[in-house]
Amino acid sequence: MSKQYETVIGLEVHVELATKTKIFCSCSTEFGGAPNTHTCPVCTGMPGSLPVLNKQAVEYAAAVGLATNCKINQRCKFDRKNYFYPDNPQNYQISQLYQPICRDGYVEIDTSAGPKKIGIHEIHMEEDAGKLIHDEWEDCSLVDFNRSGVPLIEIVSEPDMRNADEVIAYLDKLRLIIQYLGASDCKLQEGSMRADVNLSVRETGAEKFGTRTEMKNLNSFKAIARAIEGERERQIELLEMGRQVIQETRRWDDNKEASYTMRSKEDAQDYRYFPEPDLTPIIISDEWLAAIKARQPELRTQKLIRYKKDFDLPDYDAEIITSAKRMADIFEEATAVCGRPKKVSNWLMVETMRLMKEYGMEADDLRFSPENLAKLIQLTEAGTINSSVAKEVFEKIFLEDIDPLQYVEKHGLKTVNDEGALREAVEQVLADNPQSVEDYHNGKEKAIGFLVGQTMKAMKGKADPGMVNQILKELL
Amino acid sequence: MNIMSLTAVELSKKIKAGEVTAVDAVKAALEQIKRVDGEFNCYVTVDEESALKKAEEVQKKIETGELAGPLAGVPAAVKDNMCTEGMLTTCSSKILYNFKPAYTAEAVLNLEKAGAVVIGKTNMDEFAMGSTTETSFFGPTRNPWNAEHVPGGSSGGSCAAVALEECAFALGSDTGGSIRQPSSFCGVTGIKPTYGTVSRYGLVAYGSSLDQIGPVAKDVTDCAAVLEAIASYDPKDSTSVKRESYDFTSALTEDVRGLRIGIPKDYFGKGLDTEVKESILKAAKLLEEKGAVVEEFDLSLVEYAIPAYYIIASAEASSNLARFDGVKYGYRTGTYTGLHNMYKKSRSEGFGPEVKRRIMLGSFVLSSGYYDAYYLKALKTKALIKQAFDRAFAEYDVILAPASPTTAPKLGESLGDPIQMYLGDIYTISVNLAGLPGITVPCGADSRGLPIGMQLIGDCFQENKIIRAAYTFEQSRIYERCPAAKAQDRKQERSDGR
Repeated sequence: MSKQYETVIGLEVHVELATKTKIFCSCSTEFGGAPNTHTCPVCTGMPGSLPVLNKQAVEYAAAVGLATNCKINQRCKFDRKNYFYPDNPQNYQISQLYQPICRDGYVEIDTSAGPKKIGIHEIHMEEDAGKLIHDEWEDCSLVDFNRSGVPLIEIVSEPDMRNADEVIAYLDKLRLIIQYLGASDCKLQEGSMRADVNLSVRETGAEKFGTRTEMKNLNSFKAIARAIEGERERQIELLEMGRQVIQETRRWDDNKEASYTMRSKEDAQDYRYFPEPDLTPIIISDEWLAAIKARQPELRTQKLIRYKKDFDLPDYDAEIITSAKRMADIFEEATAVCGRPKKVSNWLMVETMRLMKEYGMEADDLRFSPENLAKLIQLTEAGTINSSVAKEVFEKIFLEDIDPLQYVEKHGLKTVNDEGALREAVEQVLADNPQSVEDYHNGKEKAIGFLVGQTMKAMKGKADPGMVNQILKELL
Repeated sequence: MNIMSLTAVELSKKIKAGEVTAVDAVKAALEQIKRVDGEFNCYVTVDEESALKKAEEVQKKIETGELAGPLAGVPAAVKDNMCTEGMLTTCSSKILYNFKPAYTAEAVLNLEKAGAVVIGKTNMDEFAMGSTTETSFFGPTRNPWNAEHVPGGSSGGSCAAVALEECAFALGSDTGGSIRQPSSFCGVTGIKPTYGTVSRYGLVAYGSSLDQIGPVAKDVTDCAAVLEAIASYDPKDSTSVKRESYDFTSALTEDVRGLRIGIPKDYFGKGLDTEVKESILKAAKLLEEKGAVVEEFDLSLVEYAIPAYYIIASAEASSNLARFDGVKYGYRTGTYTGLHNMYKKSRSEGFGPEVKRRIMLGSFVLSSGYYDAYYLKALKTKALIKQAFDRAFAEYDVILAPASPTTAPKLGESLGDPIQMYLGDIYTISVNLAGLPGITVPCGADSRGLPIGMQLIGDCFQENKIIRAAYTFEQSRIYERCPAAKAQDRKQERSDGR
């Protein structure tokens, strides 16, 4: 390759909003119901039904816009996007084309060359489609409308990214912002966050953009990175051969690590957009906007500063704990109860992370209550249980969210501080292990470790190791 | 006594007084349907069993005093584009020939709450597209005054059923004149309320920004009572308006003194039939004699109303009717290869020519590259027309106009020249574009005996002014029953043994 090429990337990110009900009806948005159980005349497109806008969807969309430095369009409208497909019960999708709710924002990402602003062209609201299930056995297709009408926002970036790292950093940033807002859980695998990649290449230094393609079906950050690399290479290869890139939509197959043409520009449909006559314009009054602003939660950047300042957490701890909203929530709630921020941080960074890895869980999957972690810390601090028992109890908290105090009492795990009982146990151990006693007296200091271990074993781990050591030395 | 010759309000009084029962009334309506509907084809569906069952329930509630309103126990018909749970709702289209909705339209629910008994669904132009009720998949409805003529449309079935006394009153829908024009052709009274007054929830949409449900009845009193029952603020319809008042019956007073009535000069020029013109102007004279101030004025922009309407209504229709695709309900073609072929064949076979024409027209005006030139321009025209009416209502309380340039044409005369048919909507269409209320009241007949209707138009939310003017006018006339209805009396007399 003689020439140097630059990659130009813009993203269209769809995010499912975490509203309890759908965007235009009161059906539940809950995931995983039996097919067509979360449906009504509205979200199945029955004749005569009419949409009514869910205010919460507007608030979430505006919140995301505010957090990404967008201008909020205080008078926005819905439009109909017309196309025929069986997952789309009305054969039109209610979306926003002419007056989207948010415009002209940006998010700042960290790159190897320092911070960089990625522009956001617009954010608009729309409804999700249903799901087609192809029954190969019966040779027919079935439609499940449970997802039909789930609110989405589409975040359209400017073509400001230049490589996969920047794309991942941008997506990560968006995801974190949206999770912090509570506007969505943003899970790529489950489809609550979906990204389409618009990519073109041009000779380094060229002013004009090259012809772009749009890539769909990207289900993980890794797939996105691979797809970007693959598409960049494909386009450069075409240009090097003196051929042209065709403007088209491509589908990424992550198993084959290759993309395939879905439809070319010529096949592009005319969506015949027009203003949705069944919905009146959305007027976001100054008061409403102020109320949304007032409810904006603290975002990661602010949290990082506060954790260092108020809790004296090291940078490293603060970075890790704020990397997921759920983790930060647990940290704050547990700290509020036990007042030991560093201890809470340690439990989260060591044992919690280890168990998450072991069980293949994400921070969002954490279900234990911060209060139980706080209680556990209090029990250890008070010397009621020793550290190895604490680990055992924490695993129970992690998995079953048990109350540590009740659990410790029920299973008799309290550290034994009763000197009489300990002395008895040590005497028995010494009697049972004359060889070790002899070794010790012959100068083998290590033998005492074995004797401590034997005593702890006899006490089923509940003894205070310091006391055991002390008594042993005394008796020896 | 012929029960069906009574108005709804008269009938409910007799039911309340115990002279007749709701069941008698429903039976009388069903009998009348059996006698005349074979010839006139007003109904697509008549549900005898459920109507009689409901009548019995309503009768009990009347006896306990639970139902006491002016519609309690009265048999009613509903245009077949309003959803009725478990009862066929076809929009007079093959594509919905077997469709039974899972829910009932809000307006119909309101009617049932008032104690009216829905006995069936009336014929209409397919998806309310047409001015003659000839585009129905189930065959045309015929004019009650002369079966060789059309009843008008698209609510032709509702208007003819009222005139033929096959129901005490009916619900129609009006997107461009579909209540007012057939009311005029059939010699009955009909109101198109201010946009947003009656919930559209459950009305199968044609032109969403123009559609309104309204009453069709023998007189103004019935219309006011029915409107009062069906109008409501409905949170399920985002375009529903919370009105200050839902009282329409208190406007039923004979008094137009000082009422300022404007007659748009632009409505009385070329194209208006002489007999219609004379009849309307005579009606205006009468109102003047009763104390109204009647003046002529220039409304302007009249010639732009029809193109603007057909662009907006067709654009909305092309999208609204996209859901009828053979996938979920309704007609699906017998044989097909693949999804797109199934769509294409189901829709080609399921829709009639007028519906297809408007879907194509609407799809065209929304296409990229044409949107600004057609749809956007039509929306601007719509706004200008509204302004022209605003100026007029700064001067006048009520605008008086014909409902149609002619009386009812003969069957088969209209569909061959759709443009000519569209031009017939000239006096009714602007009212929908501006979202205004309008009422049609019978004011005479032409030399062939076909009825002529006068239209009174009010400013938004000023139904009471047009109701008052129409009621006052009506007091100096006697309601003319159509020959087929009158013939019924003779049979009735014979069976009464007189």
